[in-house]
Amino acid sequence: MATTDRALAAYRLTFLASLIAAVVNAVFGTLLAWVLVRYEFPGRRLLDAMVDFPFALPTAVAGLTLSSLFAANGWLGRFLVPLGIEGAFTPLGVVIALTFVGMPFVVRTLQPVLQNLEREIEEAAATLGASRYRTFSSIVLPSILPAILTGFALAFARAVGEYGSVVFISGNKPYQTEISPYLIFMRLEEYNYTGAIALAVVLLLFSFLLLGAINLLEQWSSRFEH
Amino acid sequence: MIETPTKKRDEAVGKSQRGTEESVAVKWILISVALAFCVVFLMLPLVNVFVQALAKGWSFYWAALTHPDSWAAIRLTLLVSAISVPLNVLFGFAASWAIAKFEFRGKSFLITLIDLPFSVSPVVAGLMFVLLFGLQGFFGEWLDARNVHIVFAVPGIVLATVFITFPFVARELIPVMQATGTEQEQAALTLGANGWQTFWHVTLPSVKWGLLYGIILCNARAMGEFGAVSVVSGHITGQTDTMPLRVEKLYNEYNGQAAFAIASLLALLALVTLGLKTLLEWKQARDYRAASAASIPGGTP
Repeated sequence: MATTDRALAAYRLTFLASLIAAVVNAVFGTLLAWVLVRYEFPGRRLLDAMVDFPFALPTAVAGLTLSSLFAANGWLGRFLVPLGIEGAFTPLGVVIALTFVGMPFVVRTLQPVLQNLEREIEEAAATLGASRYRTFSSIVLPSILPAILTGFALAFARAVGEYGSVVFISGNKPYQTEISPYLIFMRLEEYNYTGAIALAVVLLLFSFLLLGAINLLEQWSSRFEH
Repeated sequence: MIETPTKKRDEAVGKSQRGTEESVAVKWILISVALAFCVVFLMLPLVNVFVQALAKGWSFYWAALTHPDSWAAIRLTLLVSAISVPLNVLFGFAASWAIAKFEFRGKSFLITLIDLPFSVSPVVAGLMFVLLFGLQGFFGEWLDARNVHIVFAVPGIVLATVFITFPFVARELIPVMQATGTEQEQAALTLGANGWQTFWHVTLPSVKWGLLYGIILCNARAMGEFGAVSVVSGHITGQTDTMPLRVEKLYNEYNGQAAFAIASLLALLALVTLGLKTLLEWKQARDYRAASAASIPGGTP
């Protein structure tokens, strides 16, 4: 039940799309946290408040508006679809929705760590002749990496279980754009409880594995706290 | 607050700070990329909701909201949140009180348990309730014999929502309660206050912002929950459709504008939530500043 071709295709899409979305969030989340903590610019406070928007917006609304933005006649779709980038009803759409819902995790885990980072160490590195890039890669990055990874894992875990935003934008085509939580939902609609449980157990096991990993990461990152 | 001394020093040092800051060009490129990302992923989706909702004019918008089935969905959503938020305030307070103020066996297990709803897929959460209370479920026959309907009815929706929103209040309260410690309560008890007075005059004021913060987040999620509610609701139009479920139904009926009309209310809720959250953070920071300026330990106004 848990290993039919359709189920395997759904796992593959769920995990791959979640992984890509989490990587995108790790990169842009780090950038966003850095910009918010280190720079002064007009609109910084507004931006800081807006980062939590994906947490506050109901997932159904997120899916609805994203699918309309990336559809052929949407604000973004009318430029992207002629270029061959179809965001609605494709696996790319799944990645887009998952990137949206996971966005705040990396920013919010990284922000306090960046704020507490001692500038003196960077100053020391600069005094000793290190370039800014060298200071960042060998002084700053190692101390913020655990927080980035924790945020990455949180975003990944959230993405794997996400349902509401994806069902609107993916089109839910079996073997192509169907995610595991949707397949569980389908099995339930068919009153196929055994099938639903089998799929749910796989998802649950994965969630618990990630939960364990997040706990380890948090222990690791608290090494740097004082 | 933490930045200020560093910033002042940087300004005083002037040009010699070059080693610890990126060049102006790099700085503005980073800011632009961050802003571009936020415009595409935050601003556009938000503005789009309202533009689409009003695309056919105010009268269509109003008609979509006041449609009997949509109105029923709005009422059900308000009812579900009115039941689940107070329940979770109660549970959250009890759990965080126990964790922050007492030592007992299985405490770390309780902490893990509180986070459980965050790590379980909403669909799996809904499935658990169907397996427990559905007709073929664990308690199904027993409940059916007594004519109690939980799954595919309002009680199931409330149960699923309570489960999903359980962590919000507790997670906000635990760090605040841990930070305040038990000294003030002990002092109040020593001075002759009874348990209830201590709770009302000492404990509650010290955690009020954290509590409000938790309530706001809990309410936003309770009104917006989709996955878990979708599994247990049964989608009976006018009876067990909450607002997010109504959005999905209208969308699947190719009635996009009406779907966006309901969605605009939920987006408004998200904006109000964000606004209140920012306000509370600001107030909390101001309180801490006032308290530390007065240098009376824990002196909350």
